[in-house]
Amino acid sequence: MYITRWEVVWENLPTLLAGLVLGLEVSVGSIMVGGIIGLLAAFARTSSNRVLQQVVAGYVEFVRNLPLLLIIFFVYYGLPQFGIRFLDNVGSLVLALAVYSGAYLTEIFRAGILAVSKGFQEAGKSIGLTQFQVARFVTMPLMFRIVLPSLSNTLISLFKDTSLGAAIAVPELTYAGMVLNTNTWRILESWSAIGALYLATCYGLAFMMRRVERHYASWA
Amino acid sequence: MQVVLNNWTLLLAGLFNTIQLSVQVILFGTLVGLIGGTLLLFGHPVIRTIVRAYVDIVRGTPLLVSIFLIFYGIPALGIPMPAFSAAVIALTVFAGGHMSEIVRGAVGSVPGGQTEAAMAIGLVFAQRLQYVVFPQAVRRMIPPWVNLCVELIKGSTLVSLVSVTDLMLSTRQVLERTAQPVPFYILLAIVYFVLCYGFGRLGGQLERRFAYYD
Repeated sequence: MYITRWEVVWENLPTLLAGLVLGLEVSVGSIMVGGIIGLLAAFARTSSNRVLQQVVAGYVEFVRNLPLLLIIFFVYYGLPQFGIRFLDNVGSLVLALAVYSGAYLTEIFRAGILAVSKGFQEAGKSIGLTQFQVARFVTMPLMFRIVLPSLSNTLISLFKDTSLGAAIAVPELTYAGMVLNTNTWRILESWSAIGALYLATCYGLAFMMRRVERHYASWA
Repeated sequence: MQVVLNNWTLLLAGLFNTIQLSVQVILFGTLVGLIGGTLLLFGHPVIRTIVRAYVDIVRGTPLLVSIFLIFYGIPALGIPMPAFSAAVIALTVFAGGHMSEIVRGAVGSVPGGQTEAAMAIGLVFAQRLQYVVFPQAVRRMIPPWVNLCVELIKGSTLVSLVSVTDLMLSTRQVLERTAQPVPFYILLAIVYFVLCYGFGRLGGQLERRFAYYD
């Protein structure tokens, strides 16, 4: 018979919450880096340069068909072999998640760019904006509003994916749970509490992002 | 390179485990999803609430956490179970939740007129599902189903963290004897890419095959 002892969870709640906050920070950091990758790649993908198009398509296809855990291990254990030694485990996780989410964001941004009607870009060109200015001041603001719901989804899945940081000892929520389990062996209590924390945070993020979406929709 | 050749039986055993795990999880997960999705749409309100809670919980928690909870939780409850079966159950619970939502979406998107027409010609509930609704829903189900299956193959690597020797873990066991992890990770990347991309291409074929209904 399994006797539950929930006080183990309560006593270690500060550690768990600290892990939760780190997970949020990592996901925000990696969606920013991944967003830059995705944005550049999406404009390259929609440009008229065939070589760039092919390179970006290759990146997206390759990364989307690799397990995230493998990318994390590669960045953490593999990159130092190439002389890239300045990343600690948190930095490696952010970079791995950025590369991973960058591929998904490329596709999202590409769809967004294509969804902006050509007339806006032509109007921009006709008032004398350069190609860069059209992209920066016409296409991008319109595209962002279109892709915002997909961005929210990406952020939420990224937050869930930060749990893989436990594999390289990043002290986020799942790692805190592993430590808690090793110390106390209260398996059901700790993992269900951690699951509940993830669940609540995901719903909180979804609620917050819905408000952001509504805010921007109001002046669309 | 020599290390890979010397340990190819270990790596092959890992690959075999990964494939076996993925196939079982895809089969069982699809089964759970078909039942769950149908219950979400047509079940008794109480059952519907329970299934909805299951689906939402699974979709809102990371796969790794479900794996830890189920993999270590089952033995903790006093039920002895081999590691591989526990891994299959953990991944199936995850797959079933996502699959239910796919099935619900696909079946729900079949226009109501189809059901009404089926009622009008006197088909009972089971017949309506079997002959009218499901054949049309399958077509819409295939693209997200293929995506989920690829996610499941990718997600199967997580069982390496609870020491089930899949391809990921067997390769890591071998590479830890060397000071050269990079060639092994490249090998892993190629194998997983072939598995996932191959499955995606196969799914594309399936899509075209079923597009016939359009």
